[in-house]
Amino acid sequence: MRVRFDIKRYDPEKDEAPYFQNYEVELGETDRVLDGLNEIRWRQDGTLTFRRSCEHGICGSDAMRINGRNRLACKTLIREVGRRVRIEPLLGFPVVRDLVVDQQRFFQDYRSVLPFLVNDDPPPPRERLQSPEARRRFDDTTKCILCAACTTACPSAWGNDSFLGPAAIVQAHRFIFDTRDHATVERLARLAGRCGVWACRTAYNCTMACPREIQVTRAIAEVKRAALLGGP
Amino acid sequence: MSTRVELHRLDAVVVGGGGAGLAAAVYLARQPGIRTGVISKLYPTRSHTGTAQGGVGAALGNCDPEGDSWEWHMFDTVKGSDYLADQDAVEILCREAIEVVYELEHMGLPFSRTVDGRIAQRRFGGHALNFGEKPSRRACYAADRTGHMILQTLYQQCIRQNVEFYDEYQVVDLLVEENCCKGVVAIEIATGVLHVFQAKAVLFATGGWGRMFEITSNAVTLTGDAPALVWRRGLPLEDMEFFQIHPTGIYKLGILITEGVRGEGGVLRNSEGERFMEVYAPTMKDLASRDVVSRAIYLEVKQGRGIGGKAYVNLDATHLGRELIEEKLPDVADFCRTYIGIDPAIDPMPVQPTAHYAMGGLPTDPDGRLLADADGSIVDGLYAAGECACVSVHGANRLGTNSLLDLLVFGRRAGLHMGVFAAGSDYAALPDDPTGPAIEALERIRNGKGDRAVVIRDEMQAAMTEHVSVFREEPGLAEAVAKIEELRQRFRGVKIDDTSEKFNLDLVEAFELGCLLDCAYATATAARNRTESRGAHYREDFQGRNDQEWLKHTFQKLREGDKVEFSYRQATITRFEPKERVY
Ligand SMILES: Cc1cc2nc3c(=O)[nH]c(=O)nc-3n(C[C@H](O)[C@H](O)[C@H](O)COP(=O)(O)OP(=O)(O)OC[C@H]3O[C@@H](n4cnc5c(N)ncnc54)[C@H](O)[C@@H]3O)c2cc1C
Ligand code: SF4
Ligand code: FES
Repeated sequence: MRVRFDIKRYDPEKDEAPYFQNYEVELGETDRVLDGLNEIRWRQDGTLTFRRSCEHGICGSDAMRINGRNRLACKTLIREVGRRVRIEPLLGFPVVRDLVVDQQRFFQDYRSVLPFLVNDDPPPPRERLQSPEARRRFDDTTKCILCAACTTACPSAWGNDSFLGPAAIVQAHRFIFDTRDHATVERLARLAGRCGVWACRTAYNCTMACPREIQVTRAIAEVKRAALLGGP
Repeated sequence: MSTRVELHRLDAVVVGGGGAGLAAAVYLARQPGIRTGVISKLYPTRSHTGTAQGGVGAALGNCDPEGDSWEWHMFDTVKGSDYLADQDAVEILCREAIEVVYELEHMGLPFSRTVDGRIAQRRFGGHALNFGEKPSRRACYAADRTGHMILQTLYQQCIRQNVEFYDEYQVVDLLVEENCCKGVVAIEIATGVLHVFQAKAVLFATGGWGRMFEITSNAVTLTGDAPALVWRRGLPLEDMEFFQIHPTGIYKLGILITEGVRGEGGVLRNSEGERFMEVYAPTMKDLASRDVVSRAIYLEVKQGRGIGGKAYVNLDATHLGRELIEEKLPDVADFCRTYIGIDPAIDPMPVQPTAHYAMGGLPTDPDGRLLADADGSIVDGLYAAGECACVSVHGANRLGTNSLLDLLVFGRRAGLHMGVFAAGSDYAALPDDPTGPAIEALERIRNGKGDRAVVIRDEMQAAMTEHVSVFREEPGLAEAVAKIEELRQRFRGVKIDDTSEKFNLDLVEAFELGCLLDCAYATATAARNRTESRGAHYREDFQGRNDQEWLKHTFQKLREGDKVEFSYRQATITRFEPKERVY
């Protein structure tokens, strides 16, 4: 079927302001929105710019606003969006070009929560033991692919530049609830302030946006509780 | 085009932020006084290592009552390779496997766990107990996102150790003169500015080039950049004819369904509902090595037993139960729901073979040092690791779980060696005009007036899929070589639309197509040259392995006028004499 794409375009080198451009592409029901974007770029207009790599929802490159919702273009099928698709860049970050946004701040916030295991005890000769139940405690948050869909869907993050945003909290959760980690106190100190979990107003936008179906709001709630109790 | 050029000086430069590059960077960063930079065209966490599902192989023996041993792992790897792998390197791989997996666990990798809290392990194709007796549980896994967890864990450790990252910088040229590496040239994608990285040691870890084919499990960005750049500099590529076609990609899409599904008990069935692998591999059945299973699927389809007469078979996991699927294979279940609208707990999955993994690539020694020739001489300061390298531990066919292992073991070894090398050497003087050739190549693309890149790419993929895939034979190979020669000529005039400096993806993709054409050319010419069948390289006109003449690695160099020059290096045999290979 013919699908019409309305794509928000902006090249700061050339354009005074962003504008919408329309394209028509022949696609099947089970094609991905990303297939449509590729078709446009490859065969109609090579200047259309966006990020992509894996094409099956794992690398986190192609989060964008599709019909007003943050989604991965490679994980959204044409049959879900119909014959008319509106595509815009993620909100809240400066646009580099078309659908490509500058994610420096996103990665800075990510780095600020100590997103790594801290355990300086001499390791045993084999693996550290961890029960399947203990492992399950943080299973959900290990799925995060850093696509930024949650953080850029969050009204608290739009209104507050210093809020670390849901993705960074998800990353912190993954370590706070890992029995092998020793930096809970330090990590919670960074998350306890107004830039951390308390900026969250439980809007649930993050959970709705997450393409990995992570229970983001629940993870944030668990970190809030840990912040109050001083530990997991 | 921007005329600004920025110059950087670093002790060590790692090109590629996937598993191999980050493993090297972690170990480089642990060596005091070595300034390391990782250059990656993608944000590192977006590298394709993140898509690896099934597991990483190591003989921990956590899950089989018989235990496990690195020697059995070594035997399976050598047998899987159809005896072409270098056994000294395979021994290193399988011995060090155990240590690197424990180290990853110590770095924080959230492996799935056994009831007693150890790293959980599952079955995988070609891995067996006691020299091929019965399937073993050797694949250490984190649900079905093992690669994602490896990539994340290594990236986290790099952050902890303050590794410098140059994200979304694409290397477009290698600076090497008289077998001495001097650095690389990269384009900063966001701005279009060129950067020269002068370095004492450079590691290439740019991943695979499955995009030569139509149906592939590989990302659009897996375009063989490093092999192409090195080959253009007159240095050799090794064993390019061996390209693994994985048996189970989602029909038409090529998205991988991990072998872990069969490891957990899933079986392949044809249109009659028969478990056909019992015929092709009586002992290992669905867990025979990949070349064997992919050929079996093609033969079933050819004999009219594809489902509904189409080019696919069913992968049946319905008897495993929902609980196991959701616990151990959640992403596979998600792919099935999202892309084909089925539930693997209820319906079988439609699968067809999908281009997956390059066994060949940049020839290295076991410390990752690049070989300048089949005689074993070295390029000073130049290294490779991961899928783009050929040590060779996979020979003619890689076993599942051995690639993640390869990049950990040899990424680490390369990182350690580079640190020592860089500490003991000076910067080599840069060539007079370091960016000259890169600018020329990019300008040619910007000014091209011929075909659009997509036209050339489609024709290349069609030729490779038709003639250089699971079954190969002379007339088809000759046709493919001629076609790629023609496409390489046409590529010299390739045309793009985009004239911007900033984030010019059109330019980047055209550049990548040039790299793919080099890889395709090397693959097709080497496949035509090897007149025997071994592992993934199957010649209908030369059936059967020929150890008399071909127990050797192919080295090929690109000469003036697109001529390809071949030489050979004997496979290293230490413990296991070649035998007939049955599963
Ligand atoms: C779907 C799938 C599942 C798999 N499952 C398994 C498994 O279960 N077990 C197993 O052992 N193996 C598996 N493999 C194989 C294995 O995952 C890969 O071979 C391996 O991850 C490759 O890692 P790498 O570090 O070499 O490359 P990649 O992870 O592909 O990284 C390449 C890096 O190089 C960078 N790069 C490329 N070109 C340039 C350039 N010109 N300039 C700058 N940077 C550049 C990219 O940005 C990227 O960071 C699987 C592969 C696939 C595709
Ligand atoms: S939590 Fe989900 S939406 Fe947020 S960055 Fe991670 S994967 Fe993306
Ligand atoms: S392209 Fe990788 S997540 Fe969409």
